[in-house]
Amino acid sequence: MLRDALIVAGKDLRIEMRSRVALWQVVPFAALVLVLFAFALGPNESSLRHVAPGLFWVAVLFSSVLVTQRTMTIESGAGTRDGLRLSGIDPAGVFLGKAVATFLELTVVEIVLLGGVVGLFGVTIHCWWLAIVTTLLATIGLSAVGVLYGALAGGIRGRDTLLPLLVLPIVAPVLIGASRGFSAAVAANVNEGLDWLRILGPFAAVFVALGIVVYGPLLEAG
Amino acid sequence: MEYAIDFRSVVARVGRFPALAGVDLQVTPGSVVALIGHNGAGKTSLLRTCAGLMEVVEGHAHLFGIDLRDDPSALRRTVGLLGHDLALYEELNPFENLSFAVRASGADMKRAKNALERVGVVGRIADTPVARLSAGQRRRSALAVLIARQPKLWLLDEPHSSLDVQGRKLLNEIFDEATNAGATILFSSHEPDVANELSDDVVTMNGGTISAHAKGKRQGSKDMRDVNVA
Repeated sequence: MLRDALIVAGKDLRIEMRSRVALWQVVPFAALVLVLFAFALGPNESSLRHVAPGLFWVAVLFSSVLVTQRTMTIESGAGTRDGLRLSGIDPAGVFLGKAVATFLELTVVEIVLLGGVVGLFGVTIHCWWLAIVTTLLATIGLSAVGVLYGALAGGIRGRDTLLPLLVLPIVAPVLIGASRGFSAAVAANVNEGLDWLRILGPFAAVFVALGIVVYGPLLEAG
Repeated sequence: MEYAIDFRSVVARVGRFPALAGVDLQVTPGSVVALIGHNGAGKTSLLRTCAGLMEVVEGHAHLFGIDLRDDPSALRRTVGLLGHDLALYEELNPFENLSFAVRASGADMKRAKNALERVGVVGRIADTPVARLSAGQRRRSALAVLIARQPKLWLLDEPHSSLDVQGRKLLNEIFDEATNAGATILFSSHEPDVANELSDDVVTMNGGTISAHAKGKRQGSKDMRDVNVA
């Protein structure tokens, strides 16, 4: 399964490096969301600093939908979904591979956005390990949910518009947990941060496990 | 005898529509069988059913003694399908597409380069993203995937379309090489002459069933080349 996951992740990342959709479309989109929210909230630096963790994760959340749609598009080419089914690859490996590729692409987006909140909003992170663990767990959760629901919507007409409706309510706990955890990292409030990690960790674990189990039937049904 | 394909009264549906409405077909290993018939006769559906991509809802459907109704995914590594849709990633070049398919199937990577050379996809073509290749070059690239994977059962949906004269000649040679290596080939065609020339048997489909069969003209030496159509 892990070998298959590496093969699929390598393929998806190679395609991304060729098409550069994440780099030239998703990253600018995420930065734009961040800047537009800042315009909407006004120039008060103190209030911007206060809401920066929430803005960061809203931008990540919207970006994750775009990255997921891109992951779905890769397999919507002529016959590629059938090719994947016939390839002999373990469907659980396909799920994990796609989740890993999505995770890495989202990580690139997050690094750019982090530069944005630090540079534009003057946010200072006082507990880096908490910020990193929060981001890691939240991104695993977002990637797993995205790939899983991407497969679920794969065979449905109008899937591109349907996907955000399916995904966004499901990942609401990630938005809340990650925003609060990130705020705790900014304020160096480790105890509060750990409380939110206790939500993000199980969320990520449950959806990774669910994806491993149900991705095969979803791939066949699509 | 264990048939490569052993279908009896097989029914397969696309939604509620019976794409195969009671197919009876037995194909012995190592033979080449051509499927002919009008558009919508069920040729593609039969090929996809053999690949385990369409669910068998009724009948007896075995490939190499394994029941397709039990677990079609168990047979996936033993079949190779070259459909109208070529299952190539447009952003990747032919070599990268082939490498992915070969790694995924667990086959030897040395076969990838040899397969591309065999179909004439070499030099700059092998390094060009599939999106920029001609229809014929794409089809050759997809054919290379089958050559490299060496499945036991080759399923080809109108494989001669988009190929020039040289490409067709090459495909015919590859048919011989595959069957000499023990593979079984089931292919569809809209060209009766081509179907007749290349196959041991020609099966005519109509309305999701097999309406007729005839011997083909393929020059073969294998005793096993035979097909029984009930």
